[in-house]
Amino acid sequence: MTDRTGPTRRALLGAMAAGGAAAAAGIARAGSDPAITEIQPWMQELGEGVDARPYGTPSRFEAHVKRRNVEWLTADPVSSVNFTPLHEMEGIITPNGLCFERHHAGIADVDPSVHRLMINGLVDRELVFTMEDLARFPRHNRVYFLECAANSGMEWRGAQLNGCQFTHGMIHNVMYTGVMLRDVLNAAGVQTAGKWILPEGADASGMTRSIPMEKALDDCMIATHMNGERLRPEQGYPVRLVVPGWEGNMWVKWLRRIEVGDQPWHHREETSKYTDLLADGQARRFTWAMDAKSVITNPSPQAPLTHGPGPTVLTGVAWSGRGTIPRVDVTLDGGKNWHQARMDGPSLDKSMHRFYFDFEWDGKPLLLQSRAHDSTGYVQPTKNQLRAVRGENSIYHNNGIQTWHVDARGEAENVEIG
Amino acid sequence: MSKLANLMVPGVAGAGVMIGAAYMLANTMVPEVHAPVAETMGLTAKAESAPAPVPMVYALGRPATPEEVAAWDIDVRPDGHGLPDGSGDVWTGEELYIDNCAVCHGDFGEAIGRWPVLAGGQGSLTDDRPVKTIGSYWPYLSTVYDYVNRAMPFGNAQSLSDDEVYAITAYLLYLNDLVDDDFVLDQESFAAFEMPNQPAFYMDDRADTEYALFTGEPCMTNCAETVQITARAAVVDVTPEDEAAREARAAAHEAEEAVVEVAAVAAEPAAVEAEPVAVTEPAAAGPDLIAAGEKVFKKCAACHQVGDGARNRSGPALNNILGHPAGAVDGFRYSSVFQDMQAAGLVWTEDELAAFLTAPKTYAAGTKMSFRGLSDEEDLTAVIAYLGSFAE
Repeated sequence: MTDRTGPTRRALLGAMAAGGAAAAAGIARAGSDPAITEIQPWMQELGEGVDARPYGTPSRFEAHVKRRNVEWLTADPVSSVNFTPLHEMEGIITPNGLCFERHHAGIADVDPSVHRLMINGLVDRELVFTMEDLARFPRHNRVYFLECAANSGMEWRGAQLNGCQFTHGMIHNVMYTGVMLRDVLNAAGVQTAGKWILPEGADASGMTRSIPMEKALDDCMIATHMNGERLRPEQGYPVRLVVPGWEGNMWVKWLRRIEVGDQPWHHREETSKYTDLLADGQARRFTWAMDAKSVITNPSPQAPLTHGPGPTVLTGVAWSGRGTIPRVDVTLDGGKNWHQARMDGPSLDKSMHRFYFDFEWDGKPLLLQSRAHDSTGYVQPTKNQLRAVRGENSIYHNNGIQTWHVDARGEAENVEIG
Repeated sequence: MSKLANLMVPGVAGAGVMIGAAYMLANTMVPEVHAPVAETMGLTAKAESAPAPVPMVYALGRPATPEEVAAWDIDVRPDGHGLPDGSGDVWTGEELYIDNCAVCHGDFGEAIGRWPVLAGGQGSLTDDRPVKTIGSYWPYLSTVYDYVNRAMPFGNAQSLSDDEVYAITAYLLYLNDLVDDDFVLDQESFAAFEMPNQPAFYMDDRADTEYALFTGEPCMTNCAETVQITARAAVVDVTPEDEAAREARAAAHEAEEAVVEVAAVAAEPAAVEAEPVAVTEPAAAGPDLIAAGEKVFKKCAACHQVGDGARNRSGPALNNILGHPAGAVDGFRYSSVFQDMQAAGLVWTEDELAAFLTAPKTYAAGTKMSFRGLSDEEDLTAVIAYLGSFAE
């Protein structure tokens, strides 16, 4: 399993930690750096030619950067989820190969030449499109985050998983290219009574969700590409629905059919699942929008501070399903005092935002939190504020503030504070 | 066809047609969702204020035939829309359930491992650990029919007939004490049926109940006197993998100022390779028998894979199983009964496999495999022949 040639993750981190400790202790000046005084193989020998990597992959030294599964969460990897390694990423775009996956019947291996999209129900013309037909609608490019409603769902009862990959990694942010759903629906002619759509996937789970017509005609897309290339199979190749700002389960992959109806269908993924059970035994349904949320990705349990005291870069990501993120606050002392973080990079509607807080670490333990403000004025709540309203059984839509405890060695741990 | 083509002519030139289409679409765009919900949905305000642009209608695609729509339009709604003709009773449903569903969901809907629990849990929704089942939680019966029909059995979706789906749905109600054992589900009894937890569901109300609470300028300085850690993930200790990296870092810290030589250690799993035991080659099975076995294997396919690229799932991959030691598939975590079998040197001959598959729980008491067993001798012979065809 381990990369044959590269150092293991363990070795790499060990080396980094050792170097950091040495630097901190001020003993690194022993002699000249062999990285400079000795000729490295790549300085002398020829590298691979242009035919060696027709589809490029990351450096072998980055082999530890990958999606990970939490085995005990689900019965079988075929109906399961893995997690985006947020702590290894920068900027706002998630590389296609690192976008978390959630399948209900495995990755459908769809042949686009025999894949069709059907529009039926309350339309003037029930239509069938080939993939070539879809490519003749005007195309649009939009960057959106997709977050699973269950992201951070394991944390309702208290700090549980040690790493932002596991606590917050059911999210990715890519640029979609595709056609507007309204253009495709208009081709079929939605009848006046048509108030809802039911997108359906071609995989063996036949995934379905009910979506109100206002949303369908507003900003939903039928995407064929992500980050400039065709959708990956695990993200719905050859076509997926894009439902900006709304929970990931609605972004039906391997999209094969859209039915128009006059009322919602109340299918399994909008009744048994993806409904929010509150403390009083009642349950919210159709909790579609993803509220504002943020997390510090570095430092975090999988990405400790290894350099000792001194200049330190804290960074993280924030997003809202109801707009942009004009501001993120950061605290180093568990919320006694807050500082406005520096937003950097594009600020796009319903897209991930990147923030930084550059500070001088004194080497003392830290209690780190970030707090997102979205363009509606909504401020990310604490976990306890959410629990006061919802209890601890709602599984979904946990957008509470995350706390990392960083000890004097720079090691970080997922904790809760009070 | 020509009429259709006219209707779908794009561009501003087809003014008469376009105006009609615009009116129709303007109507459909009027949001009927009340204001707070619209806010929750994050719909942009411009949709309400700006006049709706005249939509372009693109003449793309072709008409769907009625047969095509019928083939794909299988969804069922709470009002019974989409429910096909047919019926099924509880006892027929039990047989089907045991053969197709119990392997994951348990004989009584109690679930094996982390597969979904289907029955029980009534009255538990306010507990610390609520048990959300069809009987305790699901608001609509149509959802059960629709989901079983579209997605079950896991790994063999859309293989059940309408009557079979009716019967399994009836049995699931029976498992949840919602009907008597003489219940028959059809369109009529469906229409009269209400799920007990239906009234507990209501529309997303975050805009009314939460957004005001979570809005406004928050405190920035001197917001708390003291802060204490109240919970730690390390205590729960359920995070996969990265513990190794953590330990390596901790060790490095302890070494303090010493220069630590870190060798790249490939964490190869200890090789535990079972020696294949020589047995007489099984007689070559005919293609018909193997094909019949492939069909029978669908009962197994929810948990077992066989063939190119087969991997361990809930059950071990079954390539090369015939004639090889029991409990020895690489990387599969066997129950103790299979570990004992391997230790005892048991080999999967045709006879041993037949005995196991006839009555798994008797043959291997304590096995995780919850399959009830194959009672039909022809099925047994066929599935063993099928497995035998994946010998290396």
